[in-house]
Amino acid sequence: MGCASVDTGSTRSRQFLKVNEILQRFNRDSRRLIAILQAVQDAYRYLPQPVLNYLATSLGIPRARVYGVATFYAHFSLEPKGKYIIRICDGTACHVNHSQALLDLVSEKLGIDQEKPTSDDLLFTVERVSCIGACGLAPVAVVNDLVYGQLAPAKLGEVLDELIRVEKGI
Amino acid sequence: MVNLETIAREVNARLARPAYRILVCDGTGCVASGSRPVHRRLLEATQGLDGLAEVSLASGDLCRPLLSRTGCHGLCQLGPLVVIPGDGNGREEIFYCRVSPEDVSEIIESTLAEGKPVERLLYRDPNTGATYRSSGTIPFYAHQTRLALVDCGHAEPESIEEYVARGGYASLRRVVTQMKPVEVCEELVASGLRGRGGAGFPTGRKWLAAHRANGSPKYLVCNGDEGDPGAFMDRSLMEGDPHRVLEGAVIAAYASGATYGYFYIRTEYPLALSRMRKAIEDARCLGILGESVFGSEFAFDCEVMEGAGAFVCGEETALLASIEGERGMPRPKPPFPAEKGLYGCPTVVNNVETLATVRWVIERGAAAFRHYGTPLSPGTKTFALTGRVRHTGLIEVPLGTTLRQIVFEIGGGVPEGRRFKAAQIGGPSGGCLGVQHLDMPLDFETLGQVGAMVGSGGIVILDDTTCIVEVSRFFMEFTQHESCGKCVLCREGTRQMLWILRDIVEGRAQPGDLELLEETARAVKVASLCGLGKSAPNPVLSTLAIFRSEYLAHTERLYCPAGVCPALKTFAIDPDLCKGCTLCLQKCPVGAITGERRTVHRIDVARCTKCGVCEAVCRFKAIAAR
Ligand SMILES: Cc1cc2nc3c(=O)[nH]c(=O)nc-3n(C[C@H](O)[C@H](O)[C@H](O)COP(=O)(O)O)c2cc1C
Ligand code: FES
Repeated sequence: MGCASVDTGSTRSRQFLKVNEILQRFNRDSRRLIAILQAVQDAYRYLPQPVLNYLATSLGIPRARVYGVATFYAHFSLEPKGKYIIRICDGTACHVNHSQALLDLVSEKLGIDQEKPTSDDLLFTVERVSCIGACGLAPVAVVNDLVYGQLAPAKLGEVLDELIRVEKGI
Repeated sequence: MVNLETIAREVNARLARPAYRILVCDGTGCVASGSRPVHRRLLEATQGLDGLAEVSLASGDLCRPLLSRTGCHGLCQLGPLVVIPGDGNGREEIFYCRVSPEDVSEIIESTLAEGKPVERLLYRDPNTGATYRSSGTIPFYAHQTRLALVDCGHAEPESIEEYVARGGYASLRRVVTQMKPVEVCEELVASGLRGRGGAGFPTGRKWLAAHRANGSPKYLVCNGDEGDPGAFMDRSLMEGDPHRVLEGAVIAAYASGATYGYFYIRTEYPLALSRMRKAIEDARCLGILGESVFGSEFAFDCEVMEGAGAFVCGEETALLASIEGERGMPRPKPPFPAEKGLYGCPTVVNNVETLATVRWVIERGAAAFRHYGTPLSPGTKTFALTGRVRHTGLIEVPLGTTLRQIVFEIGGGVPEGRRFKAAQIGGPSGGCLGVQHLDMPLDFETLGQVGAMVGSGGIVILDDTTCIVEVSRFFMEFTQHESCGKCVLCREGTRQMLWILRDIVEGRAQPGDLELLEETARAVKVASLCGLGKSAPNPVLSTLAIFRSEYLAHTERLYCPAGVCPALKTFAIDPDLCKGCTLCLQKCPVGAITGERRTVHRIDVARCTKCGVCEAVCRFKAIAAR
């Protein structure tokens, strides 16, 4: 598992340096749990299990509470996410403007979908989200915080091709 | 203490110096369409020229034209938008649509140097072909009344100075130095302002309740979770005029006795998050927030909290649980948050747009506000108009405006010669309105009577290519997914409804399914814990009322009138177009097509598996699904 190295005894304190720094920033205040988890996810791109356990102990709250919160909110992921996150909007406006075609394209091109959202090389994760507030431009997708509006499947294909090219260094 | 008049005088002096100001829209919509490269090109292009260019109000050489980035104009579909405001001396505003970096040199050469508009970038009415020079006359804007959105797109959202120069924070100052909290509440009660977040609860009464409640500290929470798909007014307000939202929030805090505030904003809105954070910081720097607001006894500070992706957190009690760092699950009301809210203390929860309207009410007074709207729903409301209309975008109209005015006068009608079929209003918790409702005034009461609601104000227009049953299924999938699982009726009921709807669109409907669906919907509506469950059946019930025959076509005749549901499609060959080339016959995997060469072919409906191969291979477009 991707997170196994985090937990080995000798590296433990060093590995948790980042987490400690985050805890410090939020005064170890368990009421700030969501903000803390967001910071952890920003740092690791997901919520590694050992970190969650460590958070529970450090904040003095039951592990169940940390897991409860981490699994409640859609933004949190207990699995590693890809380097590029492709969010396809399937809100009402995008749905009636055929967002399904974009989901199909991603599935065809990268082999990732709702069931298996992250590619094996950890490059891409696809998420189907409901409304990113750019409905005037439906259909919309967000690739790593860049919003693409009035997006035809072919255009999304080009965007993905470009990312693949960059990654493969071609 | 901060002197608003000095700031205003300085800004106005700066704005008066240069001959031109160029506003480039920097809202999420226009950024997505590429407004940042346009801005960059304008910056580069104007810098080299003598006497031209400047970046922002905050810095730089004051004699040159000002180049500013603004919030959303609402007409995102035609972005990137570039506006050159009039000079107040007879020179009219110029409103450019779909500007690309390549257009920049022409804008500079003709508009800035010679005062001539670039014709091809002006707005052109798709129906009449007429071009318009300034936004005020474009039909999309001409039929609007912008109170909350008044400055969105016309000022720099990141400049507190410009906000002040446009009269900002003067209302707050008057409130904290000259009015008692109760007087503020009463002014709001008199205005009749009702919450814009969905439920439409009178804002003044909510503040009074918190003011009178025992317990301290008291909190103010601004609900910026805006989860309804199809709604984006709160995003636009926070991005385009964050100080107006903040000023409303501080006034609300003063009126209700709150000393600390939270802006709960969804994580999907990075720009709104950063603009609200900056607004709070800047207001703190000027001493508008802090120990003594405008030298009064009143102390107030606040922070932004980022949501983590849960629709139900828009519900106020769930939102409070989320701020406390818990799972965002609603709890039964009463007690209402105004009595027992955050950490058990009295808390006012208000929607972004509600708070953005407060300054106008204080500035112009309750009576002026009542001049707009209907007696029971005074004022204006923003609507996010999307779906199958010519002009999608963000609009603001008096409550009581009819759907027809919105769809046809502002939205320019349904494109591609299609017919208006229905309007889904209020998101997944709202209902559907049909042709018979086009002349109905949109306000809280009237909508409630037909089982719809204003909700957040999302209006999605559906045309005759949309299948109503499929749309119902879509909404049910959304609410079922977002149900937090706490109460049984919502958790299990929405699932059962979703399954029935799936059966219907996939052609597996059983006799009695519609009755069962209706009965389940009623039960979920009555017995769910929070507004999510209570409103989840609305789309189903309202469409069953208007489009029952379309449901019946699905269940009894296994036929989808809109031709959308793949499982219910029937393929047919148009005898006028068929050339008898036999291609479809050869490709049909189940041998459902018969016919001789050069005679019209036929599809055996009983054999057809609806795979669509024939439609795809036909070179004469003779085969179509119905
Ligand atoms: C499921 C559900 C979702 C809601 N989502 C929002 C939302 O996104 N934004 C909002 O302001 N209010 C939302 N509300 C309404 C809030 O509970 C609350 O009524 C509102 O924030 C009060 O502010 P107002 O009186 O200014 O409208 C939602 C309610 C429910 C039941
Ligand atoms: S529905 Fe897709 S951005 Fe709003």
